[in-house]
This record gives sequence, structure tokens and C-alpha cells, in this order.
Amino acid sequence: MQALPTLLIAVPVAGASLLLATGRLLPRGLVDGLAVAVTLADVVLAGLLLGATGDGRVVSWAGGWQPKPHLVVGIVLVADRTGAGLALLIAVLACCALVFSWRYFESVHAHYHALILLFTAGMTGFVLTGDLFDMFVFFELMGAAAYALTAFKIEEPESVQGGLNFGVLNSLGAYLTLSGIGLLYARTGALGLPQLSVALAGRGADPLVLAAFVLVCTGWLVKAAAVPFHFWLADAHAVAPSPVCVLFSGVMAPLGVYGVARVYWTVFHGVLPDAAVHRCMLVIGVATTALGALMCVTQRHIKRLLAYSTIAHIGLFLLGFAALSALGVAGAGVYLVGHAAVKGALFLLTGLLLSRYESVDELSLYGRARGHRLAGCAFVLGALALAGLPPFGTGLGKSLVDDAGASVPLTVLTVAVSALTGGAALRVGLRVYFGLGREPHPESTSDEEVTGRDEQPDARPPHNRTPTSMTAAVAVLLAGGLAVGVVPGFADGVGRAAAAFVDQHGYVMQALSMANAPSPAPPPTEWTTAGAVSGVIATVLAVSVACAGLYGRAPSWLRRPARPALHGLHWWHSGRIGDYAAWLVLGSAALAGLLIV
Amino acid sequence: MTVFAYGVAAWLVLIGIFGVVRSDNLIHTVICVAVAQSGTYVLLLTIGYQRGAAAPIFGSSTPKGSPVVDPVVQAMTLTDIVVSATVTALLLALVIQVGKRHGTIVPDELHELRG
Repeated sequence: MQALPTLLIAVPVAGASLLLATGRLLPRGLVDGLAVAVTLADVVLAGLLLGATGDGRVVSWAGGWQPKPHLVVGIVLVADRTGAGLALLIAVLACCALVFSWRYFESVHAHYHALILLFTAGMTGFVLTGDLFDMFVFFELMGAAAYALTAFKIEEPESVQGGLNFGVLNSLGAYLTLSGIGLLYARTGALGLPQLSVALAGRGADPLVLAAFVLVCTGWLVKAAAVPFHFWLADAHAVAPSPVCVLFSGVMAPLGVYGVARVYWTVFHGVLPDAAVHRCMLVIGVATTALGALMCVTQRHIKRLLAYSTIAHIGLFLLGFAALSALGVAGAGVYLVGHAAVKGALFLLTGLLLSRYESVDELSLYGRARGHRLAGCAFVLGALALAGLPPFGTGLGKSLVDDAGASVPLTVLTVAVSALTGGAALRVGLRVYFGLGREPHPESTSDEEVTGRDEQPDARPPHNRTPTSMTAAVAVLLAGGLAVGVVPGFADGVGRAAAAFVDQHGYVMQALSMANAPSPAPPPTEWTTAGAVSGVIATVLAVSVACAGLYGRAPSWLRRPARPALHGLHWWHSGRIGDYAAWLVLGSAALAGLLIV
Repeated sequence: MTVFAYGVAAWLVLIGIFGVVRSDNLIHTVICVAVAQSGTYVLLLTIGYQRGAAAPIFGSSTPKGSPVVDPVVQAMTLTDIVVSATVTALLLALVIQVGKRHGTIVPDELHELRG
């Protein structure tokens, strides 16, 4: 049991090394088979770990450096139900991405598979470690693999630029995090999360600890693409190969929210005033959802549209965390898994469009995919699920986040955001696959728009019909999104995971003295009538947003002020690294301001 | 002395980020990222520093119990340097590709990704 967390990190690294060493000699099929086999092994290991955690945690000290009373020097992996569940999600998504890539890329070298496996290892380490400095190391490991994967289509100008923007901004964020970790070490002499928790307990929030929290959170929030650190995400998602986007959107960016939540609940809970953290996360969450949804609905580049919808949903996860309760964590958790599945399916379908029609521009693709009704139905279903259609997992997650927030304006916001992002995706599906709406004029573009019309395809088009392995990956993801909301045991399990996640005392006790404290009672995580009704309302609104986009013409009293505002909004997302770095500093200062005021 | 070292660390991080903000050449941008990271090395080493303490290797010249500087932050700095080498190399490789594909490495002349 103790070996499982270590194995989960070691197996993909070993697989990646093997592929890099022998990739040139092996035939393509064997490379793919080997990579998929490694991720399948990861799925099995993560499943076993999830079973082993029960309601407690699997704790393993590296090198047998068990803690003694008053002397803790080892480095610890602490897998609780949340960590193990996320590791399972990472493994399943990596498996889907690799299965899809099998027939998607006609020629690809083994280093693609090796990078995916290293990326998987980095993310898995990030969710399983119980050490703050290790979190930084795994953050950088997944970062480096992700930069390389973003710029994978190295012959394409946008790809390398997107990879560079992503790399520079995330590196700067990571260094701020490292500075924060250094300050915490200076104050406490500890790096492990449980040790830090003990060292800070009973001590008020002095300015140094506050500064450390702000710096550490800045790095995680850059990864989470919270406003105003969000600029890199759309650039990276727009250019990365579609199977990679499944991992980026589904788990990598949400792991930023996980990082903030983990550090808060293990170390800073009880040290920083609840009200300040709540207000701070609420403001960032609201800004992120609102901006993400607005940018999403005004895009025509389909991958950028999906990327901005990811930003909006990450804002919703932040709102779940902002409730600072087990219910909020449970809601964000259910939402995260449901969103990962649905968004993954949408990205894969977009990848198919790109390889068939060499474009991801919604307007110039008008009606061109009419022949692919099945893919069209899948896209529309995914879009409706994104809007929170019951009984999809996204709907359940949204209703739980609303319950945790317990405020009417917040519920209105989540419904509006779901409707806008789902409606935008639905508009794309209906326009591209069913040729609905007025015929657009794709030539009319403005300077501040990325059309995606001349996008290089990730791969050659499949010869006649879509290979089964690709369809299967999409179907598995959509079915997964449905299962999250329908299978009653799932939400129940997430609820128990959330209860253990927020149990600071239990975490410290079990990590340091192996004492298995009884877990607190899980929050209720069933469907409620109100949740189902708000899901249906959001879906109906999404359909009207889509119809308005397809047929409507905004009245002139609305168009006149809206056009310069939108123009300004798009101009703000300039694609310049320098601007992004300036916003990084301002955002970090704003974070500190929100916590102090 | 210590306050001065903390000041240097903060200055390096901030001037590195400022360099990225003001940069008009992508190679300059990447080097500024490396400068910001050097700030974290100085910060970590300062945290572990003690005046008059020896290197943390106990032997004939430093008997057990004599003051030594903190080895943990030195290990962290080493890890940080490895990370820096990887990331800087990767980013510079990307800049070379940007130069090849766009024909320029001036950020203001790159217009592919906006809005």
C-alpha cells in the first residue's frame, strides 16, 4: 500500500525513459501500445490507491525517514481520497488522449508519447505530495512538459509563440511561488504541509506569513488561469494539439485551484482570517467567470472559444472553494470531473474538424460538416452538458457550488455563465454540423480577432470514415460526464473526499503519527430540485444564446456601446508577454490588497 | 548585511519581471526570466546563512555541534538551478523557432495571437 503513491509517479517516468531510449527502433504501433499500456497501468494503480485510502490517507515517507516525536526530516507523499481521485482522473484522461492520438497523428515520434507520460507524472506528483517544495518541483515538471507539448507543431508560427507565452508567464509565477515557500521556511523551518501546519498553529497571521500565502497562491493561480493571470491559457490552448488540450483543460489548469485549496486547508486554515480569504477568492472567482464567459461568447476561433469557457469554469471552481466549506470543495470536485470529461470530448471533436477541414474558424466552417451527423450530435450534447443539463455531472457540480455559496446573486451568475459558455459551444455545433443560422461572411474580420481560418491541421485527415479508436475516446469521455451525475455512488464518494480534504487536524495527525482519526461527516451531495431546475434554466438560456448568435442581430442601442467595449476587451488580450507579466505583478498586488483590506 | 541580501533578492526578482515587461527582444525576455530566478537563489541562500558559520560538513575542522549554515536551502537552490537550466534552454529553443517562423523576435511585431 505504501508503495502505491511512489509507483504512480515512477511508472510513467520509467515508461517515458523507455520510450525515449528505444523509440527510434520500435515500430509506430508498438510505441503507441506501450504508451497506452503505461497509462492503463496508471489507471489500475490509481484505482487501487483510491481503494486503499478509504476515508483516511495513505502516507509514505521517502527513504524510510519516518517522523519521530519532535524530529521530522523526511519528505512525505500523502494520498487522500481527493489526491488519489485526481490521480485517477489524470490517468484516464491521458489514456483517452493517447488512444485518440493513435490514429490522429499520421507520423509522430516517440517523444510525443514520452512528453505526455512525463506530463502525467508531474501532475500526479503534484496531487499526491505532502511537501510544499515538492509541489513546486512537480509544478515545474508538468510545466516544462506542457510548454514542449504546446509548441509541439514546431513548424507553425502560432504554436511556438503560444508555447513561449505559456512558458514565460508560468515560470515567473513559479518563481514567485518559490519565493513564498522560502519565506515560509524562514518563518517555520519546515517545508512539509503537515509540519508547516503544526509550526503555524496558534500563531496569528503576521505580515510575513501573509506575504508567503500571497506569493505561493500567485503561482498556483497563474496555472489556474484566474483573472488577471489568465492570458496564457487561451494562447496555449489555441495552438496545442487537440489531444493535449484534453489534459490542459481537463486537469492541468484546474490543478492550480487544487494547489490553492490544498495549501489553504492544510496550512493556512485557522492562521489567516476566514473572511479575508473568502472575500479574496470570491472576487477573483467572479472576475474570472465573468470575463471568461464574455470572451468565450465573442470568439470565432473554436479552440480559443473552448479555452475561454475553461477559464469561466475555473472561476466557478474558485467560487466553490471560496465557500470555504466541505460542500464547496465537493461541488468544485464534482464539477471538475464532469467538466474535464465534457470539455475533453469537445476538444477531440474540434481536433477532428481541424484535421478534416484545415480550419477551426466557426464562420468559414459554416455547414461544412453536415455529413457528420453523429459527431454533430456528440458536439451538441457536449455543449448542452457544458451548460449544465441535468443529469450530467456538470449540472450536479454547479448545483452543489450554488448550495455552498448560498447566495442568490451567485446562483444567477453561475446560471448566466453556464448559459453563455454552453450557448457559445452550442452555436458552434449547430452552425458547423447542421448549417443552421444565417450564412455568415467569414471575410469580415477585425484586427483584434483570431479567426483560426489558416490553422495548420495537427495531422492528416482520416481517409474515409473516422477510426473507431477516435470515436471511442469521444464516447468514453461523454459517457463519463454523464456517469458523474447519474451514478449515485460517485457524488457520494466526492463528498467523503471533500470531508477528509478539509479535515486539517486529521491530515496532520495521520501524516505525522500515522494515527487514523475518524473522518468528519460528509456534506450532502445529492441532486436537489432547485439544482435540477437551475440546470434546466441554464440549458434553456444556452439554447436561446445559441439562437441569438445564429439568427439574431443585436439592436443598435446595444451595439453602439457594446462594440467599443468588446473591441477594448479583445485589444487587452494582446498576445504580448510583457503585458502579461505586468498583469502578473498587478494581480499579485491585488491579491495582497484583497487579503489585507 | 542580511537585510541587504534580502533587498538584493527582491530587487532581482522585480527587475527581472520589469525586464520582461519592457523587453523588445525575446532573447532579452528569456534572460530576464533567468534574472528573476536568480533572485530566488539569493533569497534561499540568505535564509540559511549564518554569520561565522561553516559549510554543513562535519569533520575534523568542524566538530559536531559547531554552527553551520542550513543545508536544506542549499539543496533547494541546487534543485532550482536544475529547473532554471531546463526551462531557460527550452524557452531559448522556442525563441529560435519563433525567429525562424516569424522572421522576427521583436514582441511588438508578433501579431498571431490576440483577442
